[in-house]
Amino acid sequence: MRNSLCTLLLLLTSQSVFSAAKIEYWQTVQGSPVYFVKTEGLPMVDVRVIFDAGSARDGDQQGIASLTSGLLDTGAGDLTADDIAQQFESVGAQFGEGVSKDTAWVSVRSLTKEELLNKALKTMKLILTKPAFNEMDFQREKNRTLAGLKHREESPGALANIEFFKALYKDHPYAHPESGIVETVSGFSVDDLRKFYTQFYVANNAKVIIVGDVDKKQAEKIAQSLIEDLPLGVKPDIIPEVPFTAKAMTKKIHFPSSQTHVLAGVIGMKRGDKDYLSLYVGNHILGGSGLVSKLTDEVREKRGLAYSAYSYFSPLFRKGPFVMGLQTRNDQTDKAVDVMQNTLKAFVQNGPTEKALIAAKKNITGGFAMRFDTNSKLISYVSMIAFYQLPLDYLDTFQQRVQAVTVDSIKDAFKRRVKPELINTIIVGGE
Amino acid sequence: MIFRVILIALICLPISAYSSSVKVHERVLKNGLKVLVKEDHRSPVVVSQVWYKVGSSYEPGGITGISHMLEHMMFKGTEKHPAGEFSRIIAENGGNENAFTGRDYTAYFQTMEKSRLEVSFKLEADRMRNLKLDAAELKKELQVVTEERRMRTDDKPRSKTQEYFMAMAFSNSPYKNPVIGWPSDIAHYQVDDLQAWYQLWYAPNNATLVVVGDVKAEEVVALADKYFSTLKTSIIKPLKPQAEVKQVGVRKTTIKLPAKLPYILMGYKVPVLNSAKDKSEAYALEVLAGILDGGNSARLSSQLVRGQQIAVSAGAGYNMTARMPELLMLDATPVEGKTVFDMEYALKQQVYDLQRELISAEELQRVKAQVLASAVYQRDSNFYQAMQLGMFETVGIGWEKADEYVEKINQITAEQVRDVARKYLLEDHLSIAYLHPQPIKDHKQTGKVAGGRHEK
Repeated sequence: MRNSLCTLLLLLTSQSVFSAAKIEYWQTVQGSPVYFVKTEGLPMVDVRVIFDAGSARDGDQQGIASLTSGLLDTGAGDLTADDIAQQFESVGAQFGEGVSKDTAWVSVRSLTKEELLNKALKTMKLILTKPAFNEMDFQREKNRTLAGLKHREESPGALANIEFFKALYKDHPYAHPESGIVETVSGFSVDDLRKFYTQFYVANNAKVIIVGDVDKKQAEKIAQSLIEDLPLGVKPDIIPEVPFTAKAMTKKIHFPSSQTHVLAGVIGMKRGDKDYLSLYVGNHILGGSGLVSKLTDEVREKRGLAYSAYSYFSPLFRKGPFVMGLQTRNDQTDKAVDVMQNTLKAFVQNGPTEKALIAAKKNITGGFAMRFDTNSKLISYVSMIAFYQLPLDYLDTFQQRVQAVTVDSIKDAFKRRVKPELINTIIVGGE
Repeated sequence: MIFRVILIALICLPISAYSSSVKVHERVLKNGLKVLVKEDHRSPVVVSQVWYKVGSSYEPGGITGISHMLEHMMFKGTEKHPAGEFSRIIAENGGNENAFTGRDYTAYFQTMEKSRLEVSFKLEADRMRNLKLDAAELKKELQVVTEERRMRTDDKPRSKTQEYFMAMAFSNSPYKNPVIGWPSDIAHYQVDDLQAWYQLWYAPNNATLVVVGDVKAEEVVALADKYFSTLKTSIIKPLKPQAEVKQVGVRKTTIKLPAKLPYILMGYKVPVLNSAKDKSEAYALEVLAGILDGGNSARLSSQLVRGQQIAVSAGAGYNMTARMPELLMLDATPVEGKTVFDMEYALKQQVYDLQRELISAEELQRVKAQVLASAVYQRDSNFYQAMQLGMFETVGIGWEKADEYVEKINQITAEQVRDVARKYLLEDHLSIAYLHPQPIKDHKQTGKVAGGRHEK
């Protein structure tokens, strides 16, 4: 009986009319922005705190943002790493932490039942506000990171990625890999991490995102409680602009693999870029829509040269890269690179056909609801909107803005922003 | 004793209130196609999956990987819809689509806005019986699959280690073969092979259609009836059991590949839900894997990575939803200064502990709380829910068992966990692979073979 009642209840509560997510915004007492979306139907909630503390904040200590983040749950207040893990897992909560180029985040997914959620949030707060940075934990995590960096050297794809960013970004804070390099990480001390934490994990540099089945009152309480014990601190200086890519280059690195990994691209665009929609929709046609994209068609479907061939823009706070990639048998690398380059050239030259544009728009708008049909996807979107300060109705107006893109606007944007004669190409593989 | 009270409060509440109580509608069409529908109205989307009872464990020698090859060829067109059109139509309707092949299944899926479900049914029904296999298309797609194999396995030392490991651990069970197939088999597929494989297995009476999303079950069934019920059935011969012979002693292999870190893989032969006489053994093994590696507080992280600080990482895994008996796997990467043999010793010590002493009430409670919570979190995704139903049904367990999972896990006791450890985690049923890294930069193939020495 109980089960069928539940079913009924679930059906009733989940009849809410679907629209693009309604994001509520406010600030904590300290002024930290809070973004909240209420979702119904499942008794769960995702809570995420993000900081402008990604690898772009590493300075010369490449990898310090990442290791600092990794240390957070290895000891806090009086709790050891074991205690912390037990606090979360005994209530079925899932804890996460990590960094990207721009951001660092701490997250918890929990059931909404009060005593379970409270226990998870209490531990999360302790991690945020009182991380211990014990010497022993630090040494262990540093060694594990160093092992991870060594493991990375087994992968031609990872190697290509590092070289690609180095080529495009040179001395810019986006140039190095998020997890750092052996030379820098091996030199860190626990005080370096503490210093990084103290500078960046502050209320003025924090944003809270909450998605789930809690009401606004609860969400307010959660956000306030998580942030209130953080010192106010100072917002860090703005990341410098990315210098313009001056010239094309190709770099080949020998690696004893059966496949060669190719990455090619230029400096692309930033979040909120004025060309965002034209470049996004254009790339969708060029290499962003899986099996039906131009690159896949030319490289894979027509010629069988690769399992995966793609392109994407990775918009960041500053201009992120435009990347094309593929992997192919060593002896046909030249051919595959030619096909990739020619596909790009033709696309930049001619733009998409009207037919291709209509198809792409249908794909993007027709599948719009699928972009945030789970709490997991939704919190990613809201975090992006929060961090990059995009308008709260970003999702609501998205389809309309996609519809406004034309063949000419794509052609114009690609001609200005993706110059084939400036492409940097990294080739990693065997003879 | 205080935690006991919390424990009971926790376990009682979610089971009744949170467990997957949404009804699954089942209908078998007149041609044998089983249709499963689960309504989930949280978002105006729907996922549709067609699961075929065929995968690499169905394949005889010489054509290993052919199920996966056929999965690729399923996008190469029918009389009505030539190559590429399937994907184009789905894309134009805003859909995402793909397919996946495992040891025991091949599945195709589309996720769509809810009003487009018909598009998906129309196309899937067409390619269930009317695939056109073309030699020129096969030749190209063979290259693609070969590249896929290079990417997934050949250039990844750990994936390759796993491949060699499985080939050793199983004597005659088809689980010894990789899903993607052995290189020489891939190189020699003929159109006839694929045609025969398609004829043999792709039929409504060997498939399950699973739909989860913002739909009405009755409408979905009617729509399925419209598009699929006219498809012809096939005579599906029962599979030969290919029961694995008894292992009578530990097996070890050394893998030397260009790599940076040493690595060890260990596997004990264990039953699965499908094969276990006493089904609770499968759930007990599931809990056992959770005790070792169900999060950061589990034993391997807590004791080997932290505690003793001898492993960079250590893990355990068990797949209770395999069709045939499986391996309970353990793996580890040593820290600098420790070896794979130290890892072997430490992992075996973990096994002995499980055999000697009962797991604590807190540990058991932790695993149960996680399982319970996960059952809620998983419902965040239609795709996952469909996947679970499709998998349980296709491997022969029956989709109904998916709903019992939380309850069954909740019934497992510390004694049962100790008992399965004692019964199945036996040295004589153990296989071990050691990855010994070779230099990457100066890697040269030498013609000479050093003989069968077991190198430390």
